[in-house]
Amino acid sequence: MENKPLYSVAATFDDVNKLIKAVDKVNEAGYTIYDVHSPYPIHGMPKAMKLKPSKLGFVTLIFGLSGAIFAFLFMYWVNVIDYPLIVGGKPFYQLPAYIPVMFEVTVLSASVFTIVWMLFIMFKFPNLSHPLLDTDYMKKVSVDRYGISIQAKDELFDLVKVKEFLKELGAEEVFEIYFKVDELKDKPKIFDKKFISFLALTTVIVSGITYFILNHLLFMSPFNWMHEQFRVDPQTTTTVFKDNFGMRNPVAGTVARGHLPYPFKGNPADAEKFLVNPLIPTKQVLELGKQKYLTFCSPCHGNFGEGDSRLRGQFPNPPTLHSDKLRNMKDGGIYHIITDGQNVMPSYASQITEEERWAIVHYIRVLQRSLNPKESDLR
Amino acid sequence: MSSEFKIPEKKNISSKTKFLAFGLFGLGLLLSIIAFVVDSHRALANYNVIFTFLVSIAVGNLFWFAIEYLSGAVWSTVMRRVNEIFISFIPVVFVIGLLVLFNTHSIFHWAHEEAVKNDKLLQWKSPYLNEQFFTIRYFIYFLLWILFAYLVLKNSLKQDDVKDQIYSYKNSKISALFLPIFAITLTFFSIDFLMSTEPHWFSTIFGVYYFAGTALSSIAIVTLAVILLHEKGYFGDILKSDHFYNLGALLFAFINFWAYIAFSQFLLIWYANLPEETFWMIHRWEKGWEIFSFILIFGHFLIPYFSLLSQQAKSNLGRLKFMSIWILVMHYVDLYWLVMPSLYKEVVFGWIELSFVLLGIGITLLVFVFRFERIKNIIPVGDPKLKRSLEFHL
Repeated sequence: MENKPLYSVAATFDDVNKLIKAVDKVNEAGYTIYDVHSPYPIHGMPKAMKLKPSKLGFVTLIFGLSGAIFAFLFMYWVNVIDYPLIVGGKPFYQLPAYIPVMFEVTVLSASVFTIVWMLFIMFKFPNLSHPLLDTDYMKKVSVDRYGISIQAKDELFDLVKVKEFLKELGAEEVFEIYFKVDELKDKPKIFDKKFISFLALTTVIVSGITYFILNHLLFMSPFNWMHEQFRVDPQTTTTVFKDNFGMRNPVAGTVARGHLPYPFKGNPADAEKFLVNPLIPTKQVLELGKQKYLTFCSPCHGNFGEGDSRLRGQFPNPPTLHSDKLRNMKDGGIYHIITDGQNVMPSYASQITEEERWAIVHYIRVLQRSLNPKESDLR
Repeated sequence: MSSEFKIPEKKNISSKTKFLAFGLFGLGLLLSIIAFVVDSHRALANYNVIFTFLVSIAVGNLFWFAIEYLSGAVWSTVMRRVNEIFISFIPVVFVIGLLVLFNTHSIFHWAHEEAVKNDKLLQWKSPYLNEQFFTIRYFIYFLLWILFAYLVLKNSLKQDDVKDQIYSYKNSKISALFLPIFAITLTFFSIDFLMSTEPHWFSTIFGVYYFAGTALSSIAIVTLAVILLHEKGYFGDILKSDHFYNLGALLFAFINFWAYIAFSQFLLIWYANLPEETFWMIHRWEKGWEIFSFILIFGHFLIPYFSLLSQQAKSNLGRLKFMSIWILVMHYVDLYWLVMPSLYKEVVFGWIELSFVLLGIGITLLVFVFRFERIKNIIPVGDPKLKRSLEFHL
């Protein structure tokens, strides 16, 4: 027993009034580091102990204010500096819209950090032990006794004197409370094996539950998130129409917008004769043509139309676009080939819109002139 | 603790205070009459501001009275008689309001027939905003308020003599009936006397906005009166710092509530950006009126918020007294900001306004003094909650 360091001397009382008188006497005697324990809160005890008001309010204030400032700066950075985007015709910097968010972050930051501060700074979490725990003294004061414990840290502390002093005050029993030896040896650390594994286990369980809730539970009935709706899905039946077909044919004699039927199917001669390129080769049109050419044509005909793509040798060789035949062909002919296909080349009508096809024709002309320039180009 | 407590004997108000009350009232009355002669239009608008301010105090106290009974609050029982004094303002305020009622033409734009003729919106609103219905509504509001005030005050005062708890029970029932009626009447009252000064504008949160100011200013004037009476020794030493702490906490809570509602009103109008709503806000942000808007932002929220934020401040008597006066001034500014910009394009503030403020203070003091003379006990001695109220601690 002698080896163990002393934590405090504690005494129990059987009456509240005795306790309050004793606290007054302890104060008079000049002890400052002591604590009072009782099974229920006693009104006026902080006053009797001459405790200063808690400083926790300042922590709340500071974290609340910094939350507001953080929210303001963050939104300012997002809305004005990093990603200026006009929303609802408002300027980038719009204080009224920031205020609700600032308010929320203030409340969040103030409350969360108050609790964090309490746990980690004031209660010294993850320290879960205390010399007073698991003592006879604690067992008594948590049932029907009131107690004072004067700590050995106090400047005026003297074991014999304090014991006598407490007995004089009318204490029922006086205890000597020691630090537990093993507790001193290995003080609880954050990187303690037990604590880390406890933390890891908690993390796994909590994240597992969260995963289950967010990804499975919330999608079980009755949470259907509007997945089940009274509507006709593709390839399903319906009771709305008499024939029970969910998918309908277009109304007879109508054409969908942008889907005019192609009149020269299988008739390249007429196409070349009657079709005229409606687009003027502006920069915009040529850029569109280039983009579409590189997407749809270049895989076979090559980036420059020479038929030298990597398909050469594995397939009927794709023809070059620089042949005399093609150079002399009118725009309508090339358009017809893209629209209707030729030999192994399939129709691209469903992938490339009419306007884009004409743009491609313009771009092919540019490619052709780059290899076989006209006289005017050479001048 | 001993079960015996000393009920302070009621002292009469000193003749100095009476003289002050008469003096302020007389001076205010004189100056207001001169103001009426000089500029009757502006004088009447100011009169309307003072009238709505007095309604705030009188009806707001009836609200707090009902809340005390319904929540079973113990701490406030000891100072309930001060509430009751302010509740008994209601008939006086009714008489004061009659002058507004007889002069709707100079305050309310919708009361002009020529104006309504050429204005589609006003024509559409005319089934509600017309003088006959306006008068009927005025009498309905005050009939209900006076009825409830009469019932609860009668019960409360009778309890002093009879000392029967049946009256507490009766008052709880009346309070439960009163609160929904209070919500409806106060909303429509604020629409009639404040919002309709600009009949083209509308805001669905307006009733709550006026209620926030009402609750705040009435708790402020109770705080002020209780502290003044406490300092003069009328309460003896029965009021503890915990009683004052609760007053301070309510004051603080409703400062926040007012700011919350005021900002909600502004934010929605600002976000939606509809011309039929924004013009009202824009008008209060130009031609000098922005000074009043700034005074409201800082004086009605930020300054009182931070001065009552800490725990100690809420039971610091000097701070509480100052802040309750401050809040009352700010509530006046708030009402002034609601009414006057609708009638004047440019900012106006001068001796006419101040003379009506004097009149308002004079009326308040005078009625308070008269009423105080007539009550027998300064605390409700027959209330069964009184003992617990005296022993109240946080």
